[in-house]
Amino acid sequence: MVEFAPRLMPVQVDEAGGAMLRRYVEELGVTAYLGVATTALRPGPDGTVAALDLADGRSVDAELVVVAAGIRPRDELARAAGLPLGPRGGVLVDAACRTSDERIWAVGECAAVDGTCHGLVAPGYATAEVVADRLLGGAATFPGADTATKLKLLGVDVASFGDAHGVTPGCLDVTFTDPVTRSYAKLVLSDDARTLLGGVLVGDASAYPTLRASVGGPLPAPPLALLAPADGAGAGAGALPAAAQVCSCNAVTRADLDAAIAGGATDVPALKACTRAGTSCGSCVPMLKQLLDAAGVRQSTALCEHFDVSRQELFDLIRVRGIRTFSRLVAEHGRGRGCDICKPVVASILASLGAGHVLDGEAASLQDTNDHFLANLQRDGSYSVVPRIPGGEITPEKLIAIGEVARDFRLYTKITGGQRIDLFGARVDQLPQIWRRLVDAGFESGHAYGKALRTVKSCVGDTWCRYGVQDSVGLAVALELRYRGLRAPHKLKSAVSGCARECAEARGKDFGIIATETGWNLYVGGNGGFRPRHADLFATDLSTEALIQLIDRFLMYYIRTADRLQRTAAWIEAMDGGLDHLRAVLVDDSLGLCADLDAAMARHVAAYSDEWRDVLEDPERLRRFTSFVNAPDVPDPSITFAVERGQPVPARDAAHRRQPVVLGLPEVRR
Amino acid sequence: MSPVVALDWTPVCPLDRLDLDRGVAALVGGVQVALFRTDGGLFAVDNLDPVGGAYVMSRGLVGSRGGVPTLASPLHKQVYDLTTGHCLDLPGVTLRRHRVRCRDGLVEVRLRQEE
Ligand code: SF4
Ligand code: FES
Repeated sequence: MVEFAPRLMPVQVDEAGGAMLRRYVEELGVTAYLGVATTALRPGPDGTVAALDLADGRSVDAELVVVAAGIRPRDELARAAGLPLGPRGGVLVDAACRTSDERIWAVGECAAVDGTCHGLVAPGYATAEVVADRLLGGAATFPGADTATKLKLLGVDVASFGDAHGVTPGCLDVTFTDPVTRSYAKLVLSDDARTLLGGVLVGDASAYPTLRASVGGPLPAPPLALLAPADGAGAGAGALPAAAQVCSCNAVTRADLDAAIAGGATDVPALKACTRAGTSCGSCVPMLKQLLDAAGVRQSTALCEHFDVSRQELFDLIRVRGIRTFSRLVAEHGRGRGCDICKPVVASILASLGAGHVLDGEAASLQDTNDHFLANLQRDGSYSVVPRIPGGEITPEKLIAIGEVARDFRLYTKITGGQRIDLFGARVDQLPQIWRRLVDAGFESGHAYGKALRTVKSCVGDTWCRYGVQDSVGLAVALELRYRGLRAPHKLKSAVSGCARECAEARGKDFGIIATETGWNLYVGGNGGFRPRHADLFATDLSTEALIQLIDRFLMYYIRTADRLQRTAAWIEAMDGGLDHLRAVLVDDSLGLCADLDAAMARHVAAYSDEWRDVLEDPERLRRFTSFVNAPDVPDPSITFAVERGQPVPARDAAHRRQPVVLGLPEVRR
Repeated sequence: MSPVVALDWTPVCPLDRLDLDRGVAALVGGVQVALFRTDGGLFAVDNLDPVGGAYVMSRGLVGSRGGVPTLASPLHKQVYDLTTGHCLDLPGVTLRRHRVRCRDGLVEVRLRQEE
């Protein structure tokens, strides 16, 4: 990174902030050349750029050069009309946003107000308001630009606001540098230390919305409480005075928001609609939530704009009223035409209640693309295929069959973490042919595409392992076959270990089983992923029958009462009474639900049939698997492959490597 | 690979090949077009996801937001207004729309040039 200024982001941050930023950036392997200009770009032998020459004589190797050049106002119209321009371009206007011709006005980024162009949204809105007022006979003038900024530089939060460089005469600085959390913060205060004038935040900008809203007003808390990182309490919006501007993009104060809340706005979208707060850069949205909380408003559990109820309430409605179609549901209990949130939720509920094949009739239009093509969409528009391998146990014949299919269709092949095999790079029109071969070889859908039971992983178990005390493989196979095809609010994973050494990592699963000398221990609520969590011990020394009955109830209760995309861990945590409550419901039948849950699982087990086999047997369902409706024999030309480590991979990198790349602008949030 | 320009109406398929609220892809003059039939009529847009860069829009979910018919990208779920092509989640991003009509039970598409 080559920067002409002596520090990174000179306009936004001060020297100490720049130094902190540099440390972050260099840790990412980016070298920063500061205080130096680039004098030349040098081509290599193939004519493309190979190096940069710097003014101090150094040279930097480069394959790709990105030039950040700022913005330039589109002032061609003013030039052509002979209107005066600002010193650095832009239509020159006075504080009333009027050009030298009194009939012509300019607003937004093209306007150079008293000579300065502002490339930010809030000053743009302000100029529009000035002109609107003037046109109506008012006398508004441009109030000066708020240049507060919050952005991410290579993943590092940076914010500056108000008088960030402390140019107000007599002002005081409070600075805070924490090398451990690697954050830097500075507040600029008035000479009596009562009024916040501005500040700089690097590394942790969570206090930005509150601080920015407090500029020009009294400090909402003592300076150190405001600056200490990760101390949300000190910087909550609830502490703001009524006059503080919460949304600076749209000049909305806390008083405005409180009035809207009192007037019946009970969620963030409603607040946005009636005050416009949060509709531009969005950085004030967390404060809108805090203000709702501070006002004691319970946040809505509505699924989306089409249904006012939560997933759980929807489940009960569908079950109790015996509703079988989305159109009837939305006509009787919702509004509009549905969306990518509620449609898959309803599809999943209908599937859990045994409403037939996921591609039948109207249900087909509710499924997101994975469920619609019974395969996993990948980034290039192709799909991956995962046949079920219960418990991870597979015969050599079946292994060979998978290998032959992968070879014949040129699929990229990878072993998954769930003891199965993932085949990548299939086009829509190839899916039925691939599955015809797999089904003939005795495979069935692995539901890797669905919010459904994925895999029950197993360790070696007592058949072979010297330490094993139970047959973990046998149980894993039985569980996977029992729960295959079960659709749920989120994916479900399981594992069985044959002794306490826990080689199957069962405690990382939604339901995990570990063998004991006398039976099985059941753990629930574990997961890997973004927030890994170990499962909690739920019941001990169960017989196989008791274990299966308890898991039946656990899964059905989860399916009936969890929120959309809520995994079992979050579901249990959100439950009043947590694990004890769950035990009371599932073991002691405190709600009298158990017979119902048992019956629901019995219905699922009896009704299971392989989704892929059902598709292959039905020409009507097969019809959907073409790339183009008007050219069924043409394969999708956009799906092409390169070779990496002897396997096909999407061709995008190879194809684009030496071509100019269109880079999206970095997201700049104010 | 520059697509052949098709300025005329091109018949694509019988109307009954389009399921309500579900898309299909079609090749029109070398351009991949995504077609949808909704209660509010027929819609045709580019099959190319302007954000994800893959040809997948025909596999997105159709719905509505605040009364306007919408299409959600199957890759990262950005939602587009089917009547204007504008992305409702990312200002400035637009899905190119094409003309589409039904004649004698046949769906016909006419490509729209760069706007
Ligand atoms: S968990 Fe126990 S039984 Fe299973 S493989 Fe490990 S040591 Fe063997
Ligand atoms: S501060 Fe509210 S939208 Fe930008």
